[in-house]
Amino acid sequence: MDFEFSAEQQQLKEQARRYLADKCPTTAVRAILEGSEPFDRALWQGLGEMGFLGAAIPEEYGGLGLGYLELCVIAEELGRALAPVPVSSSIFLVAEILKAAGSEEQKQRWLPRLASGEVIGTLASVEATGSVRPSNVALSAKGGTLTGAKSPVLDGDIADIAIVLARHAPGKDAQGLSLYLVDLNQSGIERTVLDTIDPSRSQAKIAFKDAAAELVGAAGEGWRLYEEALDRAAILTGFEQIGGADKALEMGRDYALQRFAFGRAIGSFQAIKHMLADMYVSATLARSNGYFGAYALSTGSADLAEAAATMRVSSTKAFQHCAKNNIQVHGGMGFTWAMDCHLFYRRSNLLAVSLGGLNEWEDKLIDRLRAKNAA
Amino acid sequence: MNFDDTPHEAAFRAEARAWIDANAPKHLLPHLEKAGFGGIELGGLDPMKEAKAWQKKKYDAGWACLHWPKEYGGRGASPIERVIWNQEEGPYGALSGSFIIGHGMCGPTVMDWGPEEAKRELLPRLAAGEDIWCQLFSEPAGGSDLAGLRTKAERDGDGWVINGQKIWTSGAHYSQWGILITRTDPDVLKHKGLTMFFLRMDTPGVRIVPIKQANGQSGFNEVYFDNVRLPDSQRLGGVGEGWKVSLTTLMNERLSIGSGMSAGFPDIFEFCKELELADGTLAINDRGVRSKLAEWACRQSGLKYTGMRAISALSRGENPGPENSIGKLVAGSSLQEIAMFALDLQGQSGAISDPKLAAMTAKFQAQLLRSPATRVEGGTDEILRNIIGERVLGLPDDMRADKGIAFNKIPTA
Repeated sequence: MDFEFSAEQQQLKEQARRYLADKCPTTAVRAILEGSEPFDRALWQGLGEMGFLGAAIPEEYGGLGLGYLELCVIAEELGRALAPVPVSSSIFLVAEILKAAGSEEQKQRWLPRLASGEVIGTLASVEATGSVRPSNVALSAKGGTLTGAKSPVLDGDIADIAIVLARHAPGKDAQGLSLYLVDLNQSGIERTVLDTIDPSRSQAKIAFKDAAAELVGAAGEGWRLYEEALDRAAILTGFEQIGGADKALEMGRDYALQRFAFGRAIGSFQAIKHMLADMYVSATLARSNGYFGAYALSTGSADLAEAAATMRVSSTKAFQHCAKNNIQVHGGMGFTWAMDCHLFYRRSNLLAVSLGGLNEWEDKLIDRLRAKNAA
Repeated sequence: MNFDDTPHEAAFRAEARAWIDANAPKHLLPHLEKAGFGGIELGGLDPMKEAKAWQKKKYDAGWACLHWPKEYGGRGASPIERVIWNQEEGPYGALSGSFIIGHGMCGPTVMDWGPEEAKRELLPRLAAGEDIWCQLFSEPAGGSDLAGLRTKAERDGDGWVINGQKIWTSGAHYSQWGILITRTDPDVLKHKGLTMFFLRMDTPGVRIVPIKQANGQSGFNEVYFDNVRLPDSQRLGGVGEGWKVSLTTLMNERLSIGSGMSAGFPDIFEFCKELELADGTLAINDRGVRSKLAEWACRQSGLKYTGMRAISALSRGENPGPENSIGKLVAGSSLQEIAMFALDLQGQSGAISDPKLAAMTAKFQAQLLRSPATRVEGGTDEILRNIIGERVLGLPDDMRADKGIAFNKIPTA
């Protein structure tokens, strides 16, 4: 048994960590949070040049042709650094959907540019408050054009292309849904930037008015492709969450060592020590579940759907737990704008809903365990 | 990233599997697969007799105490081979419950610190299941604060005289031998004045009194020492070195107790698939129930894969990392939460503990009453959090009122 990343994968992780420590200190995250730039363009370009964006894109489409395990370790480091760039939208979702369901022409046309970072992609699915389900997807596809609106769309203000979940046949069922690829730089598109809990990753409302669109995958396959894409993205995003959880735990630990109260380092008080120990437990459970997620993703295992839901629930909770208690360990200082704690708190809660909330993934997990059990 | 054996591991697994297939007590399997809380029940057969028979059979074929050296009755196997054996032994491993403390903790301590003659005589008997050993550590005044123990050992000519009391000694009532930690010098710092011994449990002056536990069963004992005389040849390690010696035991205890614990998810999942709620839906279709189930499922799989990470480290010839210390901490509270939740779902019937009447043969009721002990035995939740905080995260020691003070000057209630 070798339930561990290989030496080469760990080297890649180290390399990504060094690169991000240099190019993406928290001051860079803060610059996006506070400034008018929607994302860190220099970092984005650099990630493309380093090959990090195209790690799991085949060489024939301009990627490095490594595998999912490599993309997982990169994702963890991006999460640790809170990288203010659209990797999850462009790579974990759009590139993955094109790899899985795009036509040869679509792959040739878009994957090399997604891998280099020249083009940013995003997935547009949400139309209403609450979970995305076939009955609340109304954006309509007719004669190769889309009309309707999606909101919020993560990275929707900066994306060049979007894959849109749209209804080609009237009704409320999943069979009437298809995925469409849309060039967002056309006249039928109107975007409005949204205020969100984490401005280090921007979001927008996108209105489509007779916007030209092409099918991705077969008509009527949209919902299945969408759900499968969410599973893969949940594992990759899960690694971002694990990275963020670990970093938040380390910040709390470091502060507990350095901050003195009542004549002692506060980390010597059990109230603080045990809070940090519980954060370590959450982070460890999430990492171990993540290893299985990575294994399932890389082998295309029959357990992929179960592994994705398990990891999603586990890593979402771990990052939220570590980020909120990191503030608690820091006390009043933790609630200042100047300290970085809120950056992690914001990101943990953005990622917790970005692919659908915990309640949806808990439902998926139980459904999948049940299906496996019945099989 | 794979779950495959190396060629060597695969060969070892095949050999173990073949031997188990040819030799295991298959008639006991239906009972062993149902083993839950509160010991094993073998359809009227004597569990101790069956356990000893299986152990002897393994010993004779070289499959006992795999990690021990051959000269002391083991196999000299690698840690990963031991893991593979445990996987292959599967439910038959439940027969070995009474040997865990001896094989996992007492044996390794005697091996590291005992006189050679005693090791050659006693360890093979322990490996063969002929003797059972217990661990005489905790005291009424020293549980989590083990080094606060008061049982005295005083010099008497060439030997020692022991007086005092131990408590929470698992299996003392069926053990032939025990390892014992005592205070030999109360005038020095509490960790410095301790000395370890091993002794027969029928030594004159040793009195064993089973403790009736909160759940009505009796797995633990009080053990009283009234002028018990021991020769110096039964000392483990140097005089005043008892703390160091005990750490060998405790390190082994945490390894064996924490590994492979179930957080209890499969039972509650099964139960929720069948139970109907007030509104006529199955519990498993209820949003609130699902949320709890998902949490426990994640803990269950998180522990499973944490264990696999540790096994992988062994397979690579490395020591498992500190992540393994979370096992009992996570499992203990999960088992208790799950039991309480299951009773809640059962409504007023949740109070019934008769296995013939209660759902799932009263498994959750037994679990409710047993699980408080899981959160205490072998290191309380609080001690485990301290260990994670201090040894894994590198946080400073707790504030303590006994630092730098001789044992007999430490304040007591």
